[in-house]
Amino acid sequence: MSDEFGGGRLTPEVSERDHVAGDANAPVTLVEYGDYECPHCGHAYPIVKSIQHRLGKKLRFAFRNFPLAESHPHARHAAEAAEAAAKQGKFWQMHDAIYENQMQLEDEDLVATARSLRLDAQAIARALEDGTYTARVREDFRSGIRSGVNGTPTFFINGERYDGAWADEDSFVHALDHAARQAPARGSVR
Amino acid sequence: MAEQNDTTKSASNGNAAVLPAGTAAPNFTLKAAPDREITLADLRGKPVVLAFYPADWSPVCGDQMALYNEILPEFREQDAEIIGISVDGAWCHKAFADARKLRFPLLADFEPKGAVSRAYGAYADSGVSQRALFVIDAAGVIRWSYLSPMGVNPGADGILAALEGLTPEQRGAKQGASASAALGSKASTSPAASSDAGAAR
Repeated sequence: MSDEFGGGRLTPEVSERDHVAGDANAPVTLVEYGDYECPHCGHAYPIVKSIQHRLGKKLRFAFRNFPLAESHPHARHAAEAAEAAAKQGKFWQMHDAIYENQMQLEDEDLVATARSLRLDAQAIARALEDGTYTARVREDFRSGIRSGVNGTPTFFINGERYDGAWADEDSFVHALDHAARQAPARGSVR
Repeated sequence: MAEQNDTTKSASNGNAAVLPAGTAAPNFTLKAAPDREITLADLRGKPVVLAFYPADWSPVCGDQMALYNEILPEFREQDAEIIGISVDGAWCHKAFADARKLRFPLLADFEPKGAVSRAYGAYADSGVSQRALFVIDAAGVIRWSYLSPMGVNPGADGILAALEGLTPEQRGAKQGASASAALGSKASTSPAASSDAGAAR
């Protein structure tokens, strides 16, 4: 019985509901469960950027929310703001902007960030106020628990929790390259 | 494929030493605060999750205890109590719990040091508790256990799956109404609750 509960397996797999950057047919899918207020995630942000650049078409990257709201009081609203930006087609711009301004996460900061991205900032403010994306963020969080997320950031490489050293970019790339070589041609399944 | 292997490896690795499913959970009384104790047998009537861990003050966001704190609603949904145990003293636990705003008890396996961890097969030679997880049913029988490598926070997926896998009886459904507090059953003197050990591996 316990064997089934071992590792940490991404559940559910990446689908249309996810925010995905990169080639849809890439052999490697990297998923991050992240928290916008978490300093470790802030540290991981440029590393992931660099990795995306290095792997190019071999990699697609998806981000899911895992706000540790007890320790990070702004994390949930930051996540909701990014989801609200996604509604306007600018998830990644907002995601990036938030990580690049991690010290400014009050609601008015998030709205100002949205404005600087030429988003409908009023709509973002309203979404935060109304909790429009609270359930969606919670859904991500729950899927993270199910998948074996054990802190932030947690990464999954082709569905498998990566417990290696993500902060060491070269070994992270090595793990992704390895996964790319092992991956069966995707497109049919998944 | 490789992913499969990894999963199996850590799991079987893990359970080599810790008490397996089907074993009666050894009873204990430990300090939950400088002036308060918790006795496992008092929690009969609902599932209990024991999470042994090496030390307070782990330097990452969302360390194991902080993670469980975030997902307390999920544990409560299963009507389960969760308890953290390490060899840190009660005052240390208090400072840690206050700093992380933890809303579940941390027990001090402090004197004699590590005695409870040892009883569960969850003590490391280095002098700390291992990262070992136990799901104990309403009758005090271990229904699931898992030992994670020392450096790997096991997360909560295994715990939740194990809780969901409990039968209504193992959840204490019959006593559901009286399971509200730590006042459990009178018949809790002997920890050797039942030996029906359905899940013996």
